[in-house]
Amino acid sequence: MDATVTNSDEVLALVRGLSVTYEPDGGQPVRALVQASLSIGPGESLGILGESGSGKSTLASALLRLLPANARYMNGAILFRGCNLLEASDSELRNIRGARIALIPQDPALALNPVISVGDQIAEVLRAHIRTTGEARRTRVEELLAEVGFDQPRQIYPAYPHQLSGGQRQRIAIAQAMACHPALIIADEPTSKLDASLQTEILALMRRIGRQHGSAFVLISHDPTVLAGFVDRIAVMYAGRVIEEGSTEDIFRRPLHPYTQALVRLSSRYLAMQAVRTPFAAIHGEPPDLTETVAGCPYAERCEERMPVCSERGPQETAPELDRRVRCFKYEH
Amino acid sequence: MNKDPANSRSPLLRVCELSKSYRRRGSPWQRGHVIEAASHVTFEIFAGETLALVGMSGSGKSTVARCVSRLERPDAGEIWLNQTDIAQLESSDLAPSRQRCQMVFQDAATSINPRFTAGEVIEEPMLIQQEGSQRERRQRAQGLMSEVGLSPDSADRLAMEFSGGQQQRLAIARALALKPSVLILDEALSGLDLSTEAQIANLLLDLQSAHALAYLLISHDLALVARVSDTIAVMANGKIVEQGPTTQVIGHPTAPETRALLGATESARVGLAAAMGMTP
Repeated sequence: MDATVTNSDEVLALVRGLSVTYEPDGGQPVRALVQASLSIGPGESLGILGESGSGKSTLASALLRLLPANARYMNGAILFRGCNLLEASDSELRNIRGARIALIPQDPALALNPVISVGDQIAEVLRAHIRTTGEARRTRVEELLAEVGFDQPRQIYPAYPHQLSGGQRQRIAIAQAMACHPALIIADEPTSKLDASLQTEILALMRRIGRQHGSAFVLISHDPTVLAGFVDRIAVMYAGRVIEEGSTEDIFRRPLHPYTQALVRLSSRYLAMQAVRTPFAAIHGEPPDLTETVAGCPYAERCEERMPVCSERGPQETAPELDRRVRCFKYEH
Repeated sequence: MNKDPANSRSPLLRVCELSKSYRRRGSPWQRGHVIEAASHVTFEIFAGETLALVGMSGSGKSTVARCVSRLERPDAGEIWLNQTDIAQLESSDLAPSRQRCQMVFQDAATSINPRFTAGEVIEEPMLIQQEGSQRERRQRAQGLMSEVGLSPDSADRLAMEFSGGQQQRLAIARALALKPSVLILDEALSGLDLSTEAQIANLLLDLQSAHALAYLLISHDLALVARVSDTIAVMANGKIVEQGPTTQVIGHPTAPETRALLGATESARVGLAAAMGMTP
């Protein structure tokens, strides 16, 4: 198969055994990430598939060391080009954020400053990282605006976020992310607030520009169809754990974990576009409460293939096939 | 119109030539102008059936929903609910129709008072309509909770402690509290996780057959709508550009706007089919 093999010498970013716990004031600690591992090669695109509360956004923010103050990195490492971000100083992080690793937010209406023109907000990224004249910066911003699909960059430059549509604002956020040719772009549900037709457009734009700049992508989504046409590999998350990882084709054609199988079954409603008026093959129940320690497999309660061992102890990560890994007792021998 | 009951069954909700426009205020760089958010919208929904109103954002589908639920007063047209035209009723006269037609919104978290307990959320409509004693209201709330798949024992838990899917269940239970015949589901299935969306869709299908409810489902997701609706009306620029049985609209779309909506789903299908190794 043509699955991308990531040798250790060509790894761009590596998350190894990362556990993160939120400790809210006066509340129960929430174990948002448990022993999560990932690796991203240069120019590769990795999808993180997970539902709300699965830890996918925590993982994305952790990659930028942008977690809130009540988050504790319990153990593990985040390596970016060999440098452990968990041990990096604030000034080292400032040099990486926005320049080497950029973030495309879910809702640019919240991420953009409402009282600064969008052009100036893109210029701000350049000013933080690249020493150049104001004139050159302005020209570069206009180039970026053209690159993300604005026909008349000069007219858009002085516009304020509220004067633009949702799709246009997302283009501005993409221009900001691309401004310094980052090696890695993290996009956290970048299209979930957009119409279906705009969704496709924005994803296509991200892919085109990403390829031009040779950037690697981490695309986070709860929607398998968004990932299907976009990423090379997919990591499936559940209750703070990476429960399966493999090439996009493997995940969709031969999902291993029962949870992945159920998700793929659910997403196939997009394939059968006819009126059926029959119930969906829903997954029963809810994900476990992350304030409590889960003794066994966190999916055990909802799993249709549950075995006695599943609620006794947590499954280990196994690699049943080349370049695939899964956490499920079905594959532990 | 249809006074003769033997002639045919009559719709639970009939909307006729509904129009609503908004005036957009001018600003230093833009002149004020009038936006026709809904113009001459006509449709009807029968008991136990779902009409899906689809369109891109800004097409006017939510305006129609807000007019039908009389959160807004339409400029013109009729809204027939149980032999009453509620289009121009004063808010003081709307109480009976509010009982018959209830709404479920997209984001349950923002449509529920987070400081209420689950029981209080469901009891509030009954309290406003002065239905039953406190005890009866609590009993009905607990009955509704188990009907929508929530544990009645959690009636005293705060609504904000529930997960997103559970809050949407709570919102549905609240909508059912007054035993309505029509539910308006304004993007009630959007923005949910895939597994939650499937659970809620199944719940709505079950409730519909149990109570012969008529649904007006507002959505931009044709793939989902195809699965749960009997009729589809496609909106663009405030007008219904195509309306018909779901199979016909999906199978043989005539309006360019319908094709555009289908096309948007199509690209998702192609990507998915390729990943799954099938031909779409």
